[in-house]
Amino acid sequence: MARIEIDEQRCKGCGLCTIICPKQLIILCSKVNNLGYTVAVFDPSAINCTGCTLCAEICPDVAIKVFK
Amino acid sequence: MQQVFKRPLSLKDVQTHFCPGCHHGTVHRMVAKALDEYDLQKRTIGVASIGCSVFLYSYFDIDVIESPHGRAPAVATGVKRAKPDSFVFTYQGDGDLAAIGTGEIIHAANRGENISVIFVNNTTYGMTGGQMAPTTLLGQRTSTSPYGRSLENEGAPIRVTELLTNLEGVSFAARVAVNNAKNLMDAKKQIKKAFRYQVEKKGFSFVEVLAACPTNWGMTPIKANERVGTELSDYFKLGVFKNVANL
Repeated sequence: MARIEIDEQRCKGCGLCTIICPKQLIILCSKVNNLGYTVAVFDPSAINCTGCTLCAEICPDVAIKVFK
Repeated sequence: MQQVFKRPLSLKDVQTHFCPGCHHGTVHRMVAKALDEYDLQKRTIGVASIGCSVFLYSYFDIDVIESPHGRAPAVATGVKRAKPDSFVFTYQGDGDLAAIGTGEIIHAANRGENISVIFVNNTTYGMTGGQMAPTTLLGQRTSTSPYGRSLENEGAPIRVTELLTNLEGVSFAARVAVNNAKNLMDAKKQIKKAFRYQVEKKGFSFVEVLAACPTNWGMTPIKANERVGTELSDYFKLGVFKNVANL
């Protein structure tokens, strides 16, 4: 089982991670960070994250950490 | 549980000024990762250009020289010749490299300087307000081509990688993109390979990265990311154009 951590204060809500995740485990939520962007969140109940790191690879703000 | 993906050492832990969905951040991270993999951080001198790519010195934990508009390959030539043991790369946008710095890039490439050039092509002048660049696609609306770029008035977009491939001095030339999983993996590989050319003193290496500029294209980040895979990749074909040492 793997999981990711998204740094909410670094996320600019571009949504690139949401389209690249093969399991669609990341969504943009209505939460707004200090910069005024609606941030991406990882589904905390997700058990099928494979830790493929694609979300972190595409993230332009290096806001994602992947644990496996 | 172990952390399998972390920020590269060569990249400072700071917030960037890039707009949401701008691929500059992704390319920055890839370049930093390649520097880490060859353990180059301590002996690297980056040469920044003008445009959104200018803040290299704020984001990379390496020595950086800021060069005048378009002159990065000329500055890099001087640095490399004065300090041949250092690792020297330039990071330039298309307004910088393909317009103002056309002369510098062609001659540095033709001399076969042992430097690496990362060329981020987003078909517009990003920082100054989205003016038309030499790489702007036909029909693309920009702030200086409000009716779209036309073949009669402005000519066709320049394919820089193909242009440089024809020069004897170029050892490695590739065009990559960072818009989907496959392209991301390939981009990582080619940037690493370009750096290996310099590490092994095999001559001039050049990587063009197709990138999105959602703000100046007037698109959402996701739509802009899509455009890289469609319109941009149709005109600017991805692939390795030259690899003389077969690395």
